[in-house]
Amino acid sequence: MLRSIALWLDDRLKISKLFAATAGHTVPSNTGSWFYVFGSGTLLCFILQIITGVCLAFVYVPSADQAWTSLQQLNTGQYLGWFLRAIHYWGSNFMVGIMTLHMIQVFLFGAYKYPREMTWLSGCFLLFCTLGMAFTGQIMRFDQDAYWGLGIGASITGRMPFIGAQMVDLLLAGPIIGGQTLSRFFTFHVFMIPGLLLAFIALHLRLVLSKGINAFPAAGKPIIKATYDREYEELLDKEGMPFVPHLIGKDLMFAGIVMVGILVCSLVFGPKGPSGPPDPTLISTMPKPDYYFLPVFAGLALLPAYTETVLLLTLPVVMIVILMALPFVSNQGEQAASRRPFSVLLVIFVMLSLYILADLGLTSPWSPHMSAWSGQPVPPKYLAGRTPLQIRGALVLQNKDCRNCHSLDHGGGERGPALDGVATRLTADQMVRQVIQGGGNMPAYGKNLKPAEVTALVAFMETLRPDYEPAVHDAAAPPAPGSREQQVAK
Amino acid sequence: MEELKTISPAPAPPAAQDPCAEHHHRPAPPLSSRRAWMFKLGIAFNAVAGILIGVPILGYVLSGLFGKKNDSAWINLGPIGGFPEDQTRLASYKNPFTQPWDGQTGDVPCWVRHIEGDKFQVFAINCTHLGCPIRWFQESRLFMCPCHGGVFYEDGQRASGPPPRGLYVYQHKVENGQLMIYGGHLPTLAKPA
Repeated sequence: MLRSIALWLDDRLKISKLFAATAGHTVPSNTGSWFYVFGSGTLLCFILQIITGVCLAFVYVPSADQAWTSLQQLNTGQYLGWFLRAIHYWGSNFMVGIMTLHMIQVFLFGAYKYPREMTWLSGCFLLFCTLGMAFTGQIMRFDQDAYWGLGIGASITGRMPFIGAQMVDLLLAGPIIGGQTLSRFFTFHVFMIPGLLLAFIALHLRLVLSKGINAFPAAGKPIIKATYDREYEELLDKEGMPFVPHLIGKDLMFAGIVMVGILVCSLVFGPKGPSGPPDPTLISTMPKPDYYFLPVFAGLALLPAYTETVLLLTLPVVMIVILMALPFVSNQGEQAASRRPFSVLLVIFVMLSLYILADLGLTSPWSPHMSAWSGQPVPPKYLAGRTPLQIRGALVLQNKDCRNCHSLDHGGGERGPALDGVATRLTADQMVRQVIQGGGNMPAYGKNLKPAEVTALVAFMETLRPDYEPAVHDAAAPPAPGSREQQVAK
Repeated sequence: MEELKTISPAPAPPAAQDPCAEHHHRPAPPLSSRRAWMFKLGIAFNAVAGILIGVPILGYVLSGLFGKKNDSAWINLGPIGGFPEDQTRLASYKNPFTQPWDGQTGDVPCWVRHIEGDKFQVFAINCTHLGCPIRWFQESRLFMCPCHGGVFYEDGQRASGPPPRGLYVYQHKVENGQLMIYGGHLPTLAKPA
């Protein structure tokens, strides 16, 4: 009975033929490797994102005045709402991470070469769409970070020559960041980009079937266009196996690991935010993007100012062009990473750069510590044995917000140099000049300090030298009375 | 005997690789001129109808790009008595162009510097680098930005850090003892306050 129902269904739906042509298609047996699990892992994350995203949309209100409140409701009111939010957030982190691993693997295995150029290109579009989802997803969290993140996006867009103002209007859907902006990004996040993702995933998988999956590369076996297709056919004939059930085992194991990973992160760390409400009048905020955009955030602080506009507008285009040109520039030849040292170094260089920039973005040493002037007192050891004038100078240092950028004993900002040993670097005259005129990224304080305040401040800073380290010596100054130089001169 | 023959299984059709292949048993006949004409006319008809529907859709989506709209208006920041001389205070206003569902995002802050008498300067809250909210420090008379460390003097000039220019300054006037500014959109380098 069951068998006849199954046969009837198969006759009408052609499931067994569909299976043979897709999941059961023949792949080289050596692709049953742990290196080949990241593509399916990314797809799994995407499916999880769709399911949790749809569930979140049951409760979420995409309206500027209600979105933040509905997220609070999800976090605290809705049964298991926090769990769904956590899975969606950690799913996005895992998706970006595993997608990156997939891309690195494809690059190092030379899998983008002939005849899989289109597979690489569709993968590039999947990368752009996924990053687009990540950015618009942060906006859905409509909190302070989202609000000011949109401000950063608008400011970057406003740097475009000629059409900047119009593009800002198009991005924000209005004159300010408001209700229409959120509606716009909601449409991007739940309709447009997911639609594109589904289309590109279909193309990506279609190409995996039609052009085959790249065999595990062997050193000394370069891709030669003239013979590759025939050799691949022979390989499939000789040692090909159906993907399901022969080679899907490791993918299944990895899928389980990913789901458990997302689950554990969700249970341990929970959902992210929302941070403060999207009220622009609450200006005591330190906007930070999610981790995948931290390298960009850091780059924007570290680039020389005069290169910024040019790089902001051209670098993304240049990177997209380089990514998409890769399979055509490097179309044939060695695949194995052991024969492509430059590619290996490139991956290490890029990943290290991204890591370092992200780490810097996290700590933001270039940002003034906004509350250091009132929250980080001058350490008592720097006040011991000082004259009243010098102590008065310490007060000036504190009151004039110097500590927001300059640290003492590791407390305070890192925008400017630490002042612990300033007297070993600058003479009193140089300190006066630096304080009054500024320069080297320091504002000029000339108008804001009375002469007496400068005198006191410099008197205090002259005492700032680690134990027994001599103060800097002004070579042009006449020797001090009683000094060795003066005695030698005599 | 003949009846038995008819029951016996007919020879199976050649196994098709493609699930769709069994529908194409014979090559397609040549296209008649009437069908070719119908095909071409059909495409042309659909193209015209599609443009008639598509152009308004594009117009709807891209409406932000064209059409001259005024997105600035005079805004009352309150009596000038609320801004003591020689001080810089945070003020906020309801943006003149809002939707009922804008909520708190329609409340826009700005920095008001009362120099003396009727002399004011009103700065946008947004850093000229990337739009983050700048903060005022009365003692050092500096504005500092939390994002990338831009610093501005009390008169709005750039002091240090990555900002490419000084603060955005709103046009202002004092009318009947009320401080008014001319604003309404998010200031950017392309379209300052």
